[in-house]
Amino acid sequence: MAGIDEQSKIKNEGEIRYLSPLDINTSKAKKYCMFRRSGIKYVDYKDPDFLSRFINEQGKILPRRLTGTSLKYQRKVAVAVKRARHLGLLPYVGDLLK
Amino acid sequence: MKNYETVFILNPALSEEQVQKTVDKYEKSLKSNGAKIINKEVWGLKKLAYTIENKNSGFYNLLEYTAPADIVSSLEVEFTRDETVMRYLTVTLDKHAIAWAEKRRNRNTKKAS
Repeated sequence: MAGIDEQSKIKNEGEIRYLSPLDINTSKAKKYCMFRRSGIKYVDYKDPDFLSRFINEQGKILPRRLTGTSLKYQRKVAVAVKRARHLGLLPYVGDLLK
Repeated sequence: MKNYETVFILNPALSEEQVQKTVDKYEKSLKSNGAKIINKEVWGLKKLAYTIENKNSGFYNLLEYTAPADIVSSLEVEFTRDETVMRYLTVTLDKHAIAWAEKRRNRNTKKAS
């Protein structure tokens, strides 16, 4: 008698059907810090339209993990959003901002 | 001497003339204390994102100036005493902010002309 391994080889040769992996593109577009890339050095609190990129529709500041902003500029964004809120340019609590 | 920037919101019930007058008043008090005004912007009547003192809009004004440090606190005391000022914010400008402010000024003057 042949070994189990050999048997299985003989038996299955030509019969094995491999599931071909689905062609899914898993490589997502890499996030990047838009301040680094476009060379913006100062985040202006007077421009609510620009800051609206970094808040969600409730007016919450989006995390770095979602926007890809580097830590240095995330801090500045956070301060700018808070200043804009104080001046009534952005809401503290919003609904359907976008 | 540092560069500062102050945004303050005035009561929307004021007339244009009164707004002009109060802005001039603060400008004058800044100047008399040794500040040099670089830029003055009137954004006009703008809607607020939320109600402040039961009001939905306000007159936005911006002043940019260089001043010795002790002036800012005295300006803010004036703001708190003035009932027509609904909100104010004074920010120290760092070097990047100064560069940005200059760019912004140039853009605005270009737009105006």
